Amino acid sequence: MVMVNLVINGRKISAPAGSTVLQAATQANIKIPTLCDHPALGSIGACRMCLVEIKGQRTLQPSCTFPITEGMEVQTHSTGVVDARRFVLELLLSDHPLDCMTCDSTGSCELQDLMYEYGVKQTRFPGEQHAYPVDDPNPFIQRDYNKCILCRRCVRACQEINGAEAIGMVWRGFRSKPGTAFDGKLEDSNCEFCGMCVEVCPTGALLGKQVLGQGRAWQLTKTQSTCPYCGVGCQLDLYARDNKVVKVTSHWGAPPNQGSTCVKGRFGLDYVNHPDRLTQPLIKKDGKFEPASWDEALNLVAERLADTKQKYGGDSIAVLSSSKCTNEENYILQKFTRAVLETNNVDHCARL
Amino acid sequence: MTGLAAAFGSGAMTNSIEDLTTQAKSYLIIGSNTTEQHPVIGMRLRQAAKRGAKLIVADPRKTKITDFAVMHLQHKPGSDIALLNSLMNVLIAEDLYDKEFVANRTEGFDELKACVAKYTPEYAEKITGVSAEDVRKAARLLAANKPGALIYAMGITQHVTGHQNVLSTANLQMLLGNMGVPGGGVNPLRGQSNVQGACDMGCLPNFYPAYQKVVDEPAHTKFVEAWGNAASLTPGLTIVEMMNAAHSGKLKAMFVLGENPMMSDPDLNHVREALNTLDFLVVQDIFMNETAELADVVLPGASFAEKDGTNTNTERRVQRVRKAIEPLGDSKPDWVILCDLFKRVEARLGTDRSKGKFASWDYESPKAILAEINAVAPSYGGITWERIENVGLQWPCPNTEHPGTQFLHAGKFTRGLGKFHAVEWMPPAEEPDEKYPFVLTTGRVLFHFHGGTMSRRSAGLNAIYPEGKVEIHPQDATKLGVADGELVRVSSRRGEVVAKAEVVEKADPGVIFMTFHFKEAAANLLTIAALDPVAKIPEYKVAAVRVEKV
Repeated sequence: MVMVNLVINGRKISAPAGSTVLQAATQANIKIPTLCDHPALGSIGACRMCLVEIKGQRTLQPSCTFPITEGMEVQTHSTGVVDARRFVLELLLSDHPLDCMTCDSTGSCELQDLMYEYGVKQTRFPGEQHAYPVDDPNPFIQRDYNKCILCRRCVRACQEINGAEAIGMVWRGFRSKPGTAFDGKLEDSNCEFCGMCVEVCPTGALLGKQVLGQGRAWQLTKTQSTCPYCGVGCQLDLYARDNKVVKVTSHWGAPPNQGSTCVKGRFGLDYVNHPDRLTQPLIKKDGKFEPASWDEALNLVAERLADTKQKYGGDSIAVLSSSKCTNEENYILQKFTRAVLETNNVDHCARL
Repeated sequence: MTGLAAAFGSGAMTNSIEDLTTQAKSYLIIGSNTTEQHPVIGMRLRQAAKRGAKLIVADPRKTKITDFAVMHLQHKPGSDIALLNSLMNVLIAEDLYDKEFVANRTEGFDELKACVAKYTPEYAEKITGVSAEDVRKAARLLAANKPGALIYAMGITQHVTGHQNVLSTANLQMLLGNMGVPGGGVNPLRGQSNVQGACDMGCLPNFYPAYQKVVDEPAHTKFVEAWGNAASLTPGLTIVEMMNAAHSGKLKAMFVLGENPMMSDPDLNHVREALNTLDFLVVQDIFMNETAELADVVLPGASFAEKDGTNTNTERRVQRVRKAIEPLGDSKPDWVILCDLFKRVEARLGTDRSKGKFASWDYESPKAILAEINAVAPSYGGITWERIENVGLQWPCPNTEHPGTQFLHAGKFTRGLGKFHAVEWMPPAEEPDEKYPFVLTTGRVLFHFHGGTMSRRSAGLNAIYPEGKVEIHPQDATKLGVADGELVRVSSRRGEVVAKAEVVEKADPGVIFMTFHFKEAAANLLTIAALDPVAKIPEYKVAAVRVEKV
């Protein structure tokens, strides 16, 4: 790999040829703020948050698209750069609701974090503000374009990750926003509700409807796990609060899915806390199920299985194991079937 | 699985999602509705198409992935072998096959050549409905764009000729020399989160863990030593055979863990009678599903979010499942319930397994169970709890130094030489006739999963796709006088279902499609329990039915 030497903030570093200034800085643990940039998406240099000063360049340059060259000298936090970023943030603030107090994105909002970091409390540019209705009727994704900063991450995710290309930029000028063809409803478009747009949205413009009001980032506990639906085995991050799974996000950077999810993995896990869940053993008496204690239920099952085996032999019993249970559970169940019930009558729904 | 084992010596997906989606130059997707069934792989295949890889989709329905395909070969349900043989006929006739690979890595080529000789594109067209010209074009595309990956799912296996269909896919990929390379292979996509793992763990009537054969004396001895006892050398019953044995009274008791045969098995009326004939039925599940309703005892298990363990995905990757919340109510993780029950059964039977190395049911945690699996399942030998903390490992992984296996059969097949099988096309078990003039084929949709036990209890999924539909071609709809959204009655020799018609040009005229997610419109009341004689898979993809306006 050809390496290129450059200097960032007075520090000598080297990075692979072809890297952008942002990639070189990130690799050297030098943080440059970004909004439109996302590691999983192509760079477009739209938001101007990642502007840096490059010696010899007439103007500030977006580090997310600017390639490194040998001997390049970069300043990421000079006064000029910081002023420019503050200016960009003030422009964004001029058309952004100040409802952080009630916004579900609070605590996980990249725009909020930057306003805080750069001390932007008000804008010098009062002017017209959008007043879009928040009314997409689909069951999964709330679209509040009053909070959109036009970073186009959602559009790129739909193109570059999902490939459905359900959304693009629609209208022009001040009216410009992400939308479906003819700016209609998601349900009438190609949208597959994979939620990758929600995942990459840096503000509260796109939110999962199920998570609304369920808790903010700091109130939730995160657990990496494997999706329970199809056989791809996507890695997901589950978020729980009060013994309820309330939110799912991408687990980036690991196989097999490298952060991608589908609608079932991201928005379909609320079955876990469904009121229909069985919460106690049941024994059928006179055709009706009645609650029982664990002892009662397990003793009955043990007695009937043992009796059947003794009376008719192990081959009179069959066991169906589960393609929805873990390896460990499947292993012990077939072990029991063979070693204790003494039959090979064990199968599961692999064929179905 | 039986097909790939016969051809290659190992029954699993040969390649990995990563190399499959990034390195292949062409794809033959046959009998896989990838975009809806394995959506994340579907997404990555669309990206592959955008980078210029040639997607060829062979499917009786115009599924979503066909939008990104350079060719859609819309063959008739149950004609897969004729289609695959005709592709191979062209490769051999036009000298486009990989002679070096065939000579060095395979056996049985002469038998294959003799068999496919009669399947000229013109001959096959009469069976498949795919034009001879398209078959030639597709064969040339596959030969010119290598490596190429073959992807299939239940559209290939759920036929009375499922085993033969799989052999046929293996034949094609060996003929093209697409085996043992990244971006190639024969890739069955598994449909459920741990269906691969359940197979690997020996939840099959003919295999111990890691495909050690029940009929094999040394394997039997090994497990007697490990467990202190093991069943006979005779394989047990498969799921549909179990239902038949229950129906005839041979089977007396059944234990069902996290499965719902009353939705997922073929010919549900027969299944209901079978389960009702049992003396004793136990179901352990997280919901009162259609099978649990027939049970004598129902044990409340915990969902995947409430327990620890491992799952194995379609690409043989063993990954951690982690507890995110506590079990709800009085429910318990399944492994806890099972171990408790096993001890009680054993106490009553008074069996003595004390000589077994792993005789006890007192596991401290799933981690301890995995350690036992490491010891008895050679391909899982190096897949320890600690090693898969962050990223899963792919079997075979025989020891803790082994990095796992990204793709199988590099340089050499598991069985040595890859074996070509001469495979003849045979018609489905039930063909349309005057009384039942339509072909019913079944599958799933993006928004639901299997018997619907989980997905129908997700508010969003159920809101966006609340009811089962019958997909019907506009020409058929016109003949029957049925408009989109009107109710139709679909009946077969086994049962009948009433559901709304969705008039859509996806399958050819004469073919209708239904899902098996909805108990109100359960397609499996109609399907036939005709089994593939080797793999014992039922023919869900073809049943003869009648359609009437209600």
